[in-house]
Amino acid sequence: MMEKMIIGRYVPGESILHKMDPRSKLIIVFLFVCVVFIANNALTYGVLAAYTFLMVGMSKIPPRFLYGGLKPVLLLVLFTFLLHIFLTKEGELVFELGWLKVYEEGIRQGIFISLRFLLLILITSLLTLTTTPIEITDGLETLLNPLKKVKFPVHELALMMSISLRFIPTLMQETDKIMKAQTARGVEYNSGPIKERIKAIVPLLIPLFISSFKRAEELAVAMEARGYKGGEGRTKYRQLTWGLPDTTMILFLGAVTFLLILLRG
Amino acid sequence: MSKPLVSIENVSFSYDGQQTPALKNISFDILEGEWLAIVGHNGSGKSTLAKLLNGLQFPQEGSIAVCGITLSEDTIWEIRKNVGMVFQNPDNQFVGTTVRDDVAFGLENHGVPRDVMVERVQTSLDKVKMGTFLNQESHHLSGGQKQRVAIAGVLALQPAIIILDEATSMLDPRGRAEVINTVRELKERENITVISITHDLEEAAKADRIIVMNRGELYREGSPEEIFQMDEELIKLGLDIPFPVKMSKIMRQKGVGLSKSYLTEEELVTELWTSHSKM
Amino acid sequence: MDISLKNVEYRYQADSPFERLAITDVSIDIPSGTYLAVIGHTGSGKSTVLQHLNALLKPTKGSVVIGSREIKAGRKEKNLKGVREKVGIVFQFPEHQLFEETVEKDIMFGPMNFGVSERQARERARAAISLVGLPEEILEKSPFDLSGGQMRRVAIAGVLAMEPEVIVLDEPTAGLDPRGRKEIMDLFYTLHKKRNLSTVLVTHSMEDAARYADEIIVMHQGKVFTKGSPEHIFSNPKALIELGLDVPEVVGLQLKIEEAFGTKFKKISLSEEELAEMVARFLEGGGTK
Repeated sequence: MMEKMIIGRYVPGESILHKMDPRSKLIIVFLFVCVVFIANNALTYGVLAAYTFLMVGMSKIPPRFLYGGLKPVLLLVLFTFLLHIFLTKEGELVFELGWLKVYEEGIRQGIFISLRFLLLILITSLLTLTTTPIEITDGLETLLNPLKKVKFPVHELALMMSISLRFIPTLMQETDKIMKAQTARGVEYNSGPIKERIKAIVPLLIPLFISSFKRAEELAVAMEARGYKGGEGRTKYRQLTWGLPDTTMILFLGAVTFLLILLRG
Repeated sequence: MSKPLVSIENVSFSYDGQQTPALKNISFDILEGEWLAIVGHNGSGKSTLAKLLNGLQFPQEGSIAVCGITLSEDTIWEIRKNVGMVFQNPDNQFVGTTVRDDVAFGLENHGVPRDVMVERVQTSLDKVKMGTFLNQESHHLSGGQKQRVAIAGVLALQPAIIILDEATSMLDPRGRAEVINTVRELKERENITVISITHDLEEAAKADRIIVMNRGELYREGSPEEIFQMDEELIKLGLDIPFPVKMSKIMRQKGVGLSKSYLTEEELVTELWTSHSKM
Repeated sequence: MDISLKNVEYRYQADSPFERLAITDVSIDIPSGTYLAVIGHTGSGKSTVLQHLNALLKPTKGSVVIGSREIKAGRKEKNLKGVREKVGIVFQFPEHQLFEETVEKDIMFGPMNFGVSERQARERARAAISLVGLPEEILEKSPFDLSGGQMRRVAIAGVLAMEPEVIVLDEPTAGLDPRGRKEIMDLFYTLHKKRNLSTVLVTHSMEDAARYADEIIVMHQGKVFTKGSPEHIFSNPKALIELGLDVPEVVGLQLKIEEAFGTKFKKISLSEEELAEMVARFLEGGGTK
């Protein structure tokens, strides 16, 4: 199941969204998270949904893949929906089944809130699906740059993030390898009582910790050997380029926001 | 190819909390443009020596001078610019998320302007034949490719010396050959000084000079020919004899007339041919 | 215990955009008592094959028979412990799997997972540690205080203490110095003979494959390229060289000598002495056929 999860995963591609500057994408996601709360009736939710699906279309990511990857999250959305249906006791009673009473407002709220949830997930997934983690890091670093004035360790934070990103695949491979080695020594990770399974974590975590420490140590030595001595006096190789699509897309979201305010009930 | 680029004088070193010193009173010079192999069994002190050369550790006794500069806390950054190092584990020295970022890392550290960086990243990757992998991520590369990227990262800083600290020991035969061939080409074209720390004797056989370390001491120093005459002695030191040397010896025992032991298969075959085909 | 793979296919991350076919139509028989070497490039599917030998991976097509147990594609397999107890795997850099406070506990870990009593496991640990050539005092130490070579041996002892009938080795000597390499390979060979084990060695070293194996399988691009005795495999060195694989140094030298003299010896020799004798005899005969 984990293999199909797409949250936080990057899918290479050539779409406009892929080519955009990570800064503009970050800004758009941030704006969208705020804008979502403007919607309060069927029409405005419709506009938001249309915007989101337009973005999905522009990303050229196969919808089937998106659906497959978000399946586990859809359960959560459904849960939110049900929660609202059962717990909201406002508006007219729509139907009654024994102790279960469903009200009009409940259905309305359920639909709207789970839709809002779903759209947020879609837009943020689009960010990670079309932007490499390192681009996100770069984008954040530049956007947060003004904070350096208040001694916020922007460079260190960005370096930490990029190194963690670099080592995620390595650690995944390592985890898989140790898990297999311990399975071969009789540990069961996929079956057996919960108590046993929790116990089985120890022979996985300890080697993983130890090798991570070793890696960190070696990496630090390698970095030092290559002349790393902190952020000062460093130049930057990666460069972000802001283009016309970036400005256009931000303006477009601005227009959508304006429309939403107009149509708001 | 004559003046000493590195001179090591009476160096001793012990790790904290360890009773036996890792290095005992070591002295030798490294000449400009040479390929020096430092061999020895695991724990013979050869890797410690590499760390000292780059100022990652400091000797408790003796002194080290690199390019005329005596190594000290104040000069390490100067020296690190001149001494590039490639480590054993290909994964644990890959800092950037992609090939180009990794090569740029050292340049960024030294404050090289961006346009120079872009050019140097490309040329140094071309030199190790990784020029088409700019945007690859490390986990999609083979061990040999990662090590070549590491070499490019070192080259980008235009150092005088490259130290390979068991850089091939975790690679498969193909990766090992890739790295060794790359280094050899570089040495020929760029006149770079190479120090390779290894227990792979085939690799050492290609060097200009070999230093054999044993239990923290400099056991023997000489040309590959001289060192491989040691024969059984090498095996006692936990090392091996290169195949052509071993084979020459066995052939002599079986009555094949050979005047000496040969370091490469080619020399051995040529000798067999020239001394016997005329009969 | 016999193991056989029948038309095995394995796909990593099947049914996702990241799907990757690792091996296809692989059929291998490993009768009890065989020393099998699997050679091939990194990425040829060697390690994938290896992980099928004790059901760490289940085939996406075909089936694997391990002793009396059959593991078939598309079927849920439960309780594989019985299989894993009989087939021990020594992974590449096995020292990475050490985790206990003491060497002894770590070696006992495997056997105790398979239901061996503590007392017995302790005995096995004692036996295993001397088998890998380490002193008994080391049992009380923390595995993390040992040298790299010692850690490797402790990890190997941990697999040996399970007393498996089949030992699978994935590059067991990677990163060791020449002496360490030879000692470890000799250790496994002695065990193989003495305990009548089946041994499967996945290796890049053609020398080891030629020296120890009864049978060699060459993997290439996820398929079995060829299989046979070492004599058979290396009697056609050109085929291996075309795949970009090495041949044992002795074979390589023989080819070079044959080429220089424009001749062909009767057979491919796999040992240095044999080649030297052949060359000596050939030269006595005047360097011609």
